[in-house]
Amino acid sequence: MIKNRIVLAAALTAAAVSTANAASRDYISVVGSSTVYPFATVVAENFGKTSAFKTPKIESTGSGGGLKLFCSGVGVEHPDITNASRRIKSSEVEKCASNGVTDIIEVKIGYDGIVMANAKSAEQIQLTRRDVFLALAKQVPNPKGGDGLVENPYKTWKQVNAALPDMEIEVLGPPPTSGTRDAFVELAMEGGCKTFDFIKAMKKKDKQAYKGICHTIREDGAFIEAGENDNLIVQKLESNPKALGIFGFSFLDQNSDKVQGSLVDGMAPTFEAIADGSYPVSRPLYFYVKKAHVGKIPGIQEFLAEFTSDKAWGEEGYLVDKGMIPMPNEERNQFAADVKGLNILKLSK
Amino acid sequence: MSKLENNQARTIDRVNATLNQRYGRERRFRRFGFFAVLLGLTFVGLMFLSIIGKGYSAFQQTRLLLDIEYTESVIDPSGERDPAVLSSANYAGLIKSTLRARYPEVKARKEKRELYGIVSNGASLVLRERVMANPDLIGSSEQLWLPADDDIDMLIKGHIDRSVPESERRIKDNVLAWIETLEADHKIEKFFNLTFLTGGDSREPELAGIGGAVMGSLYTLIVTLLLSFPIGVASAVYLEEFAPRNRWTDLVEVNINNLAAVPSIVFGLLGLAVFINFFGLPRSAPLVGGMVLTLMTLPTIIIASRAALKAVPPSIREAALGVGASKMQTVFHHVLPLAMPGMLTGTIIGMAQALGETAPLLMIGMVAFIVDIPGSAMDPSTVLPVQIFLWADSPERAFMEKTSAAIMVLLGFLIVMNVLAVILRKRFERRW
Repeated sequence: MIKNRIVLAAALTAAAVSTANAASRDYISVVGSSTVYPFATVVAENFGKTSAFKTPKIESTGSGGGLKLFCSGVGVEHPDITNASRRIKSSEVEKCASNGVTDIIEVKIGYDGIVMANAKSAEQIQLTRRDVFLALAKQVPNPKGGDGLVENPYKTWKQVNAALPDMEIEVLGPPPTSGTRDAFVELAMEGGCKTFDFIKAMKKKDKQAYKGICHTIREDGAFIEAGENDNLIVQKLESNPKALGIFGFSFLDQNSDKVQGSLVDGMAPTFEAIADGSYPVSRPLYFYVKKAHVGKIPGIQEFLAEFTSDKAWGEEGYLVDKGMIPMPNEERNQFAADVKGLNILKLSK
Repeated sequence: MSKLENNQARTIDRVNATLNQRYGRERRFRRFGFFAVLLGLTFVGLMFLSIIGKGYSAFQQTRLLLDIEYTESVIDPSGERDPAVLSSANYAGLIKSTLRARYPEVKARKEKRELYGIVSNGASLVLRERVMANPDLIGSSEQLWLPADDDIDMLIKGHIDRSVPESERRIKDNVLAWIETLEADHKIEKFFNLTFLTGGDSREPELAGIGGAVMGSLYTLIVTLLLSFPIGVASAVYLEEFAPRNRWTDLVEVNINNLAAVPSIVFGLLGLAVFINFFGLPRSAPLVGGMVLTLMTLPTIIIASRAALKAVPPSIREAALGVGASKMQTVFHHVLPLAMPGMLTGTIIGMAQALGETAPLLMIGMVAFIVDIPGSAMDPSTVLPVQIFLWADSPERAFMEKTSAAIMVLLGFLIVMNVLAVILRKRFERRW
């Protein structure tokens, strides 16, 4: 058909034009973690407004997905920067290297706290990481004593710890694809898991089994996967005062009139407690830059300078207003110097 | 004879015996149907009420009336009116000095930060634009309505409760006191929010707009329409009018019907593999988005177009062939024009589906934060449903109303498209 041929021709010309376009990308392309997304976007917007460069494009792909895209090669069709809510793994560094992405600049930007919260109308809960592990793990040490494991028998918080309210265990949290879930499992669950000596002893003998016990969340309905949307969890908590929710600190900060953070190991999830590290469930946030793209894509160095400037990530910077917890001064200066010198990442194994 | 009468009497008795029961069945069935419709309408009504109830306030924006003095020593100390100097001048400083002048009692550093926080970050851009457009303003002063911060906006709209204790409120007592003096002076008002309709995305709720997403949706739909309509109609015409009936065309037909039921994310993966990884088209571009959505809408259009062609009576084809038209002439002069309304309806339904789609776009990078409004189908952009998704996921309270308002705009877009479909059908439809 003639029409068909015209369309085909049009598509091909468009394709040709676009490859020419792609060869000269004039904006920074950022991918990665949905946790870092709200912070990276603020920096990008400010950068776009105050500099002569275009506003960077930021995709929210998740930490793992972002690193996969980032490591797929060097060249304008690949992203320049990826955000991550965990550190890059050595397997990912190898993957990067095998695709020619050898020089990576690592920038730690600050911390994010993971909070467990319930509705304001209910009583504030004081948990320990051990309670969290016992309440949410799939397998727990036999409550009758001994070193055996049983399927989690606990139905109420009171059964877990007599000091807790007599309330059914009902926790809304993120799905396994989420970085928040990874961090929660690693920091809160494993933290509680390690308090049992016989499980801790397993770590040396059989790391796989140890991880299996500490990182597996129960699947009998007490833990409810509520999707990636933290706003939804806040809304559900408000309507159900019996439930607890797991989400990032910035959502607690924004909704302090609706929900309250539970104390973990005696520490309330406040800005100060997360910043000085005394609140146990907090994680660092990173982004990674492809050094090969610096100088090729306009504005990368300026964007890094904006991100690592005091007005952005400093103690009174605009990222703090958005709920990010800043690093201590020395650490900030260290990373700012690394960024300025474009020092590349060396993983110490 | 008598036997027949007996028989009839018996029949009418049987009819009468079950008559009430059968009427009753009909009544019950009608009632069920009525309640089903009522239930459906109630849910639709509730959805609309909740969305409009939450979203209508996003079309208004709180602004503060401030006396701005365009001090020359701040904006352009050299006095040369160099655009580069004017563009990078410290306009935020002008606003800060205005606020300091209004509240001279504010001295502490922390309190000053809170005071500066009541005006949006975007306010300095307003000043910059005004000065850039008219450098003669420098040295003069004027009263300007400038956008307030999103928290202040939420307070004025009543989404932040003033009666709760200070510790549970996002707005502290001292800020509240400043706002109340502004209210008493009528220097804080709500205006129609044009930024929301024309602006690009922003992480500051008071500056965020759906203009970028609307343009992205528009470009994506144009690409989808340009590709899917001709290809869809051509395939339908070929399959219906020219293709021989054999096992191969049966296979094609079965496959097209199956494709219509394939989850849309699969098309996204296909688009990622073929258009981006193989052809090297840019990520996040409406061109690629349109091509992926074309794959998704093609089956819908082909199926609807074939149904429309089937509905054209054979007598029309036979009459055309009878007066000596070729097969091609028959199809293009007679059958296609008559089938066109049905095809257009199918196309618009397909396009409406494409408008609401996010899953396949996730794969090709259109779920992204993009501030600049796209100027062509090659620029990175998002689409309306993606914008809704991104806003729904933002922690700031003020994005809640933006989310609902964006849904209203998307629904408006859809209603316009559906009305268009109805008008087209009514206008060109022919009955036999």
